[in-house]
Formats: sequence, C-alpha cells, structure tokens
Amino acid sequence: MENHLITSIISATIICGTPLIIVAIGTLVAEKSGVLNLGAEGMMSVGAVAAFAVAFSGGSPLLAVLAGMAAGCAMSLLFGFLTLTMLANQVASGLALAIFGVGLSAFIGKPFESAPIGIVPPIPIPVLADIPVIGPALFNHQSLVYFSWLLVGAVIWFLYRSRWGLVLRAVGESPSAAHSVGYKVIALRYAAVAFGGAMAGVGGAFMSVYYTPLWAEGMVAGRGWIALALVVFATWRPLRVVLGAYLFGGVMISQLFVQGSGLKLDVPAQFLSALPYAATIIVLVVISRNANTIRLNSPVSLGQPFRADS
Amino acid sequence: MLLKLEARPEASQRMRYLSPLIAVALTLAGSLVLFALLGKSPIEGFKVFFIHPIRDLYSISELLLKATPLMLIAVGLAVGYRANVWNIGAEGQYILGAIFATGVALFFQGVSSIWVLPAMLVAGVLGGVVWAAIPALLRTRFRANEILVTLMLVYIAQLTASWLVHGPWKNPDGFNFPATYMFDDSALLPVLIEGTRLNLAFLIALTALGAGYVFLQRSFYGYQMQVAGQAEAAARYAGYSAKRTIWIGLLAGGAMAGTAGMSEVAGPMGQLTESISMNYGFAAIIVAFVGRLNPVGILFSSILMAMLYLGGEQAQQYMNLPSSISKVFQGMLLFFLLAADLFIGYRLRLGSNPFFGKATWKTT
Amino acid sequence: MSYDHRRTRRLFTGLVAGLGIAASALADEPLKTCFLYSNPIGESGWTYQHELARKELVAAVGNKITTKFVENIAEGPDAERVIRNFVQEGCKVIFTPSFGFMEPTVKVARQAPNVIFLNGSGYKTASNLGVYNARYYEGRYLEGVLAGAMSKKGVVGYVGAFPIPEVLQGLNAFAQGMRSVNPNAQIKLIWVNAWYDPGKERDAASTLMKLGVDVMAYATSGVSIVTTAEEKGVYTLGYYSDVSKFGPKTNLTSIMHTWGPYYVKVIEDVLAGRWKSGNVVGGLREGMIRMAPLNAAVPADVRERFVRAERDLIEGKLHPFAGPVIDQDGKERVPAGKVLSVEELNSMNYLVQGIDGTVPKK
Repeated sequence: MENHLITSIISATIICGTPLIIVAIGTLVAEKSGVLNLGAEGMMSVGAVAAFAVAFSGGSPLLAVLAGMAAGCAMSLLFGFLTLTMLANQVASGLALAIFGVGLSAFIGKPFESAPIGIVPPIPIPVLADIPVIGPALFNHQSLVYFSWLLVGAVIWFLYRSRWGLVLRAVGESPSAAHSVGYKVIALRYAAVAFGGAMAGVGGAFMSVYYTPLWAEGMVAGRGWIALALVVFATWRPLRVVLGAYLFGGVMISQLFVQGSGLKLDVPAQFLSALPYAATIIVLVVISRNANTIRLNSPVSLGQPFRADS
Repeated sequence: MLLKLEARPEASQRMRYLSPLIAVALTLAGSLVLFALLGKSPIEGFKVFFIHPIRDLYSISELLLKATPLMLIAVGLAVGYRANVWNIGAEGQYILGAIFATGVALFFQGVSSIWVLPAMLVAGVLGGVVWAAIPALLRTRFRANEILVTLMLVYIAQLTASWLVHGPWKNPDGFNFPATYMFDDSALLPVLIEGTRLNLAFLIALTALGAGYVFLQRSFYGYQMQVAGQAEAAARYAGYSAKRTIWIGLLAGGAMAGTAGMSEVAGPMGQLTESISMNYGFAAIIVAFVGRLNPVGILFSSILMAMLYLGGEQAQQYMNLPSSISKVFQGMLLFFLLAADLFIGYRLRLGSNPFFGKATWKTT
Repeated sequence: MSYDHRRTRRLFTGLVAGLGIAASALADEPLKTCFLYSNPIGESGWTYQHELARKELVAAVGNKITTKFVENIAEGPDAERVIRNFVQEGCKVIFTPSFGFMEPTVKVARQAPNVIFLNGSGYKTASNLGVYNARYYEGRYLEGVLAGAMSKKGVVGYVGAFPIPEVLQGLNAFAQGMRSVNPNAQIKLIWVNAWYDPGKERDAASTLMKLGVDVMAYATSGVSIVTTAEEKGVYTLGYYSDVSKFGPKTNLTSIMHTWGPYYVKVIEDVLAGRWKSGNVVGGLREGMIRMAPLNAAVPADVRERFVRAERDLIEGKLHPFAGPVIDQDGKERVPAGKVLSVEELNSMNYLVQGIDGTVPKK
C-alpha cells in the first residue's frame, strides 16, 4: 500500500509537471537568446485548441501535437515580428500575446467546447516499467512525457555541447559582439523565439489532447505563467527547470492526496492551493539573494532590443 | 522589398501621438475584416461595437463605469512602467484593495456614518499598497524579479478572497453561498447621475489622472522615474536612488489598483464575492501602453478599452458572436500600437534610391 | 392561426391578467423570453441543461414566444448591465439561472416592475421575481445507492467544487444513499476549489483512483473526471447532464437537470396571466431532475433496488435525510422518526458519517 502510494504520487507529479517542463524549456531557449516572451499562456492556449481541433476531427495524437506546435509557432512569430523586426517593447508585446492568445483560443475553440475525444494510452517501456515502485512511476507514461525528457536532454546538449548553442548563448550575452563576428543575431533570435512558441504549443496540446483530454475555455488555467516563473526559478538551467516543475507538481498533487486520505488538516483548502505560488516566490527570493547565481546564468541582454548594422 | 527603414535624426513627437490613433484605426479596420470573415455585416458590427455603447446617457454612464477601474489601475501602472518597474500583478493588488475595503464595510455593518466610505477608501489603498510592497521589498532587498512575484501574488490574492467569502466573511443568512452581506448604504459610493450606476469612483479616477499628470509630467520625482527608465546609467550617475524608484513605481500601482478594488465592491458589486477578479488588472496594462503611459492618453484609452468590453457583450447579444471577440480586439489593438511605435524612431523610405540603399538601423 | 386572431387572443389574456403583466400581453409581438448564462454552453453541464430547456420551451410554445440567450457573462456587475439591456430591448420574461446572478437580478427587477424575472438557485424573491431550484439531492441519494452497491471495496471518491448548499446537500445525500446499501462504505473527498478546471479535476480524479476508490462522483463540470475514470475502468456517477458519451463503459448513470417542463409551465402561466412569484423547488416527482438510463454494467438486482428507491422518493415514502442523520463527529443532527426541515437543509454546513474529509472551515 505504502509503495503503491509512492508510485502513484510520483507518477501523478510527473504528469502534472510535464506541460510545465515542455513550455519552460522552450521559453528558456528563447530567453537564452536574449528575448523575453511573456506570452506563453496565450501560445499554450492557441496550441491547445489547435491540437484539440485536429484530434477531434479524427487526426492522430501525433498530428494533433504537430498542429499545436505549428499554432504556437505562428503565435510566437507574430511576437517575433513585433519585437525583433518592429523593435517593440518585449514585455508589452508578450503581455499582448498572452491576452490575445487566450481570447483567440476561446474564440476559435467555441465549436469544440467540452466535446469528447479518445484517450491517448500510456506506453510502458519494456523491462524498465517492471522495476518495483520506480518502474510504473517513471516508465509507464504517455509519449509526450518521454518527449519532455528527451527535449531536456537535447536542449542541454544543444546549449552546452553544440557550436550553435554556444552562438545562441553568445547572442543572448552580447548581441553586438556576436553580430560583429558575423552571426545573424535577428535570425537566430527568430529561430529561438519560434522554438519557444512551438514548445508552448506542444505544452498546450498536452493539456487538451493527452492530459484532460478536452478543450474548455481557460483550461490552461495559468500554467503558461507558471512555466515562465519556472525559468527564473531554475536560473536558466534546464535540469533545474525539471526539478522546479516536479516540485511544483509534487506540491499540487500531494495536497490532493492529503485531502483524499481524509487527514483532518484544519487548513482551508485555498491555503493548500496557494502553496505552489507561495513556494515559487520563496524560491525566487532564495536564488535571487545571491547576486552571482542570477548574474552568472541570466542572459545579459534579456529583454533588450537589438539593432544590427551599426 | 523597395521600402526601407531609416532612423529618424530624432524621435518624432508627432508619431508618438499619432501612433495610438493609427493603432485604433488599424484595429477598427481589422475588426471590420473579422466581422466580414465571420459572415456578419461589418457596418452592423461597427455600430454594435462603437455606437451602441454611446447611444444614450445610460449607455455612456455604463461605459464610464467600466472605464473607471481601468483608468485608476492604468495610471498607477504608468508610474512604474516609466521607470521600467514591471508590475504585472495589479489584479492581485486590486483584489486586496477590495478585501481591505470589505473588511471595513463589514466591521461597520449597521453603523451609518459618513466616515465609513472614507475609511473604506483608505483601507482599499492600504490593501493595494501592502500587496505591492511585497514585490518592492523582495526586489530591493533580494533582487527578486517583480514580474514574477507580482504575478504569483495574483493567484494568492484570488485564493484569499475565495477563502474569505467561503469562510469567515460568508453571509450567515445567505444559505451558505459564498458571498458577504450586501453592504449598507453608508458603505456604498454615491451615484452621480440618478438612474445610472456611475458613481463617485469616476470622479476619484479623474482626480487620480490629474494627480498622475502632475506627478509624471511636472514633478522632479516623476522626471527621475522617467530618466531611470530611459537611461539607467544616467540616473545612477545623477545620484537618483534606484531603490526609491522601485518603491514608488510599485506602490503607486498598488495604491491605485487598491482604490479600484474598493470602488468595485463599494460600487456596482455592493458586496465581496469570488467574481471580484474581473481581470481589470491585466486589461489595464494594455490601457497604460495604448495611453502612452500618459494620464491624458490613459483617459482616452481606458474609455476605448471599456468600449471593447461592452462592444463584445453587445456583439453577443445582438450579433450572436462569442464574447471572447473582445479579447481578440484588445490584443489586436496593442499589437498594432507596438508595431506603429516603430515609426517614432524610424521612417519608411523607398529603397530604390541608390543613395539610401541599405536600411540603417540606428538609434536616434 | 391567423395573425389577427392571435393578436385578439393575446389582447384578451392581457386584459384578464391585469396591470402587472398587461404590457407584455398587449404588445404586438410574441412574448420575448430571454436567458442569461454564466458559462459557455458547451456539450454538457449546468448551462447546457438550461439551453436544452430553452429549446424544449421553443418546441412547446414556439409560436407564442421568441427567445434569446447570452452566454458566458461573468457573475457580478457585468450581469446587471446585460439584464438591463434585456429589459431595454423588450424582454418580458428573463431567466437568470445562476446564484451569482441573484443580486444583479434583484437590482434590475426593482426598476422594471413590468418584467418577470426568474432566478435559478437564488433565494431572494419579489413580486416580479421568482426563484427556482431543484432537489438535486434526491438524485444524489440514488447515485449513492448505486455507489454502495457497485463499489467492491466500499471506497467511493467524490470531487467537490465549493461547499455551497447544493454541493453539501448532494454530498450528504449521496453518503446516506450509499450507507443504506453498504453501512461500512466510505467516501474519500477532495475539494478542488473550482467549478471548471479540467486539469485540476483530472488530477483529483487520478488521486482518488490511486487512493483505491472504485466508484466516483463529482460536483464540478466533471467531463475530464468521467474520461479519466473510463480509461481506468472506474465507475462514475454523472451530474448536470447525461455524460454517458464520455464514459460509455463506466458511467453508471447521471443526474440530469431537466428544466424544460418547468419553463413551459412558467411561460404558459405568464401567457395565461396567472403567473405568481414564489420559490419553486422541484425534484424527481416534478421532473425537474431525472436519472439518465442505467449503464448495462449495473446488474439486475441493483437495478431493481435503484428503481425501488427512485419510486419511493417520488412517492414520498423515502426521504434522503430521514433520521437518524448522524454527522462526522457522531452528533445526531436528525433524530430517528423525523426528517430534515427545509431550513436545516438550506443551512447545512456539516458532513454526515461515512465521509472522510472536511468542509473548509473558518
């Protein structure tokens, strides 16, 4: 029983954290290039509705995810055009994207409001899934959960092992220096922003097609914002994003387990619901206290526009 | 493409004021296209969105009522945004203002005194200030990013309001429904025009805009904030305190948002319920930008924004369109504005002229 | 029926009706009936059921009325404006089916004495404002009977939204029904503090299933709970609408809100000039709620037991809160031989025995 519960809590935590990881990793790459896009919530919403529309019309889950990816990507390119080509304020543009995306998703999602679609079954990984306790907790998930792990691995490799990753980080640190040695700063930033949007779209697709599965207005319910917070929480380190997402998911899931086990906590349910947000603030304070952790990891040019050809 | 961008020798003042108008015009054009795409008559759509809300005195009073909290919050946010202090959690400060004001109203339940309302106003301001002081303290003491802290505090504020109306402040005669008592008349803002809901808060908002104008355009602190926003190094060099800038920026936003929260519970709501969170705090961000972070501009942009809200309602009521169309237009408006702003610093040139061959992307 | 003839008839009923509603009956046009919904209509749920009822109304008395609805209006100040707009454009009967619309409805009703208002699930009335509600808990009792009979482990899950009276009554009636079949069965309860957050609901459902429940009920929008349970082969008991399409194998039944007959009656009364304000509460007997067809998975003996309980409830032989009703702390809330009074029902703020959870307290 004890083991079974541990397995369950870990498994549920992983599922809860998955959309956060995917979206946050995408955002992290965009931010590493020096672009701050606060529009994750909007891109996720549009991704969620696009993916659901495809799944509802009979498309496979893979096709649905691709649709979500494309939709998120398109949204981010709109942002890219404003901030990179038109040199608009990144904070304002991101917020506009968030508001616009949430509205647009509700608008185009009208016909799909709480319509039924099939479940995407989990895929147990042979052998590994049979390990006691850990096996079913870690290795019996839907494909996108494994994708989130591969994504983290790939991004770590890309950022810290590949040449283009180095260039991307250089662009984020000092765009003028990168430009002067001949790299196309704007093009690279476009690519990073598009990647961030694509991943936000995948995160949205996970919500509507894999997780619930249904489309309902406002179903992203703040997860895009939380993903943004996670990136800072993680001081722009991919592995810490994973840690943060699972921590967040863990707090969320454990409070449900505490309630469900009938433990008579004399604490209002709202306090428990507020815990993950309070925890994010506290961790933010703890990591920000030391100026070096932030300074060493945050992209120096984050949020500042760049004009080439000077 | 033959068109090329060229930096202006100096920022165009004319464009600075023209750009919101261009954005409005483009949003209008965009909305007409959208109506046509949806198979609705664009003329009908235009009428419903932009004429209906001002067709008679009652409609105008509703428009101003809706614009009031946006005005209040946006002018507070403008103070911070000018100095690059990014308070995006005004929604939370607004809720706290509502909570504090409700606390006073419930405490004085049954006491009819002219001091109840002023006390509620002070409490509302205080509530917003307390909630904004948290990110200010965390930013100045621990360098914690205010964008995230203010945002997380929105969720906590919403849950706090939810807890209060489900728990300690629930109306005991209200059949267990999550709402406080309806406030006494002495805790309700007086109505300005008989037969409408437009109340004193509108005048408070106008006063706030006036005060904001004096502070931002005419005072030394306001000037310091602006310098801090535009040229951090220069501000440091001039010995302006960065910490003070952050505190002023956040607290101003909090105080105004708190006032808006108070005016909502003491105005059209008349009680505290969970539906206090109306996302005015987020919409006000658009209002602040479209209004050029300038109180005069905010006056107009808040009315425009209110119009989009009411227009969305009307579009649903009379044209059978989903009300989310409001948000689409609101997003569109800000996009167009941000894009049009490029032309404050740049101008378009025909690129065919060999002398202007390549685009020059320079700051002014 | 020719136009003129109809007009004469209406004129006649108008005169009979007296001044209060004469205005509506005198008008040339059919009676304009307007509906205000707090959520998008969607494919199931509270609002969806009201929309079904509106369609039923149109089908029944369509030529004598016109209807319109506005959906997704936030509860609070915005609602007041929309209701006023309804009045301005000539709506003569206005349905506002949401508790959050009560105060705005009260305010507008005060200023529009010639218009009839009907607020669903509120409690404040006026001469031109009636309220209506259903004894949802009767259906919950029946669901409890099914849960008690179908749960092999005797552990049943319940996802709560907010502890408002409708939810608490339903939850307690469910427990009473469940314990009438299996006195040892327990309910595991999770509050998600949302009516509508599919992600959270799904997490709560998975958590309950992992905690070993084999039957689940909910008071939230619920669709994601039903689909999640279907995936794991856990039985569900639906609410608001017939949700069997989301869980064809595992959804045992649902409590359906069926407002249609009531709406038809209201409009017929208004047209005939005999409508009177009041607090209308209906249950299984009046057809304000109905149970969706039982799933094939329900065996014959359980089916029989269910049907018997349903009949007894309709005939008034059975009351979900017939004493003894004992709360979680062992306190006797209703002594044997008595039933819970309406006042006690409305102010219910405790959980009965058999529920493993808490009501969020002060």
